[in-house]
Amino acid sequence: MKTYLAKHRNDLVIVGLFALAFAFSFALQWDFGLRTAGSFAHSFREMISFLPAIFILIGLVDAWVPREVVARHTGKGSGWKSSVWMILLAMLQVGPLYGAFPVACLMWKKGTSPRNIFIYLGAFSTLKLPMLGFEIGFLGLKFTLLRTVLSVPVFILIAITMDNMFGKDFVINDVSGGKGPKAAAGGVGAKS
Amino acid sequence: MTLYLATFALLLLSLAANRQKTIKALKTGTMMFLNLLPAFLSILMLVAVVLTLIGPETIRDWLGSNSGSMAYVVAAVTGSIALIPGLVAYPMSGMLVDNGVTYPVIAVFITTLMMVGIVTLPLEKKFFGIKIAVARNALNFAGALVIGLTMALVWNLL
Repeated sequence: MKTYLAKHRNDLVIVGLFALAFAFSFALQWDFGLRTAGSFAHSFREMISFLPAIFILIGLVDAWVPREVVARHTGKGSGWKSSVWMILLAMLQVGPLYGAFPVACLMWKKGTSPRNIFIYLGAFSTLKLPMLGFEIGFLGLKFTLLRTVLSVPVFILIAITMDNMFGKDFVINDVSGGKGPKAAAGGVGAKS
Repeated sequence: MTLYLATFALLLLSLAANRQKTIKALKTGTMMFLNLLPAFLSILMLVAVVLTLIGPETIRDWLGSNSGSMAYVVAAVTGSIALIPGLVAYPMSGMLVDNGVTYPVIAVFITTLMMVGIVTLPLEKKFFGIKIAVARNALNFAGALVIGLTMALVWNLL
């Protein structure tokens, strides 16, 4: 508990200050504060509507899916077919991009190649099916199709570039516990 | 809701199959969530302040300014910085189109909004380190502009 507080001191101070400011806004009926609280409530609802479930799913996949299975299908040298699977997997996701980072971390720990991680992030940010439904509804089919068709080559190109730049000693820090990047890197070392 | 039901079903299945693995899974998931929660909350709160300061009307005025290339720049910058939930962003974009903002400008706004995250950079940095986080955002910023400008070129041809 103490280490938790210490580790997240900066963020917790910000959260505490805002909670206080919100409380005062309600007490004094301060309009700006109330509107800010409303805006926060909106994005908080979005976050809480999917994120806890995602983390439980991450835990389940972590416990049940063996490393070598993931590594064999999506690891280095798994070919372009694996990238198609990464895209399809990303399309089924929901929520903003920050929700994809912990999933990417899990996949990396399980042996997914850097290129496929970047492809996953690209597809996640542009091709999520629930989002596409929304997009068609508000901006039309022509807009959505055109944007989607243009996005695919762009994010694949970005993934290849990122892989060329950072693929060699690629590391994703494990934020699930007190383990730092070293512990995570050790996990990979154990693989080879 | 479906997501939670599915997760719950899988959790029960897992529990039936192996108690120990399920406990470990719950522990991993909860730890990860709790370790990220303070960062999530502080970012969402800061974003709420900025969004309230600026307001959707201001964004509409900026993007709607029929100032040609300026509209793209504003769209790219606001899209990169803002962290607007999709459930708000799409209705808002629809509203912008109704107010005379062109589709290619909206495309730049939507793509930067989805692909670039300046405010979530501290969070991204935690996972990938500063170099990768900055490079990914920079490349996606350029990519979003390419998508938007290509749409501007072909929009009227289709």
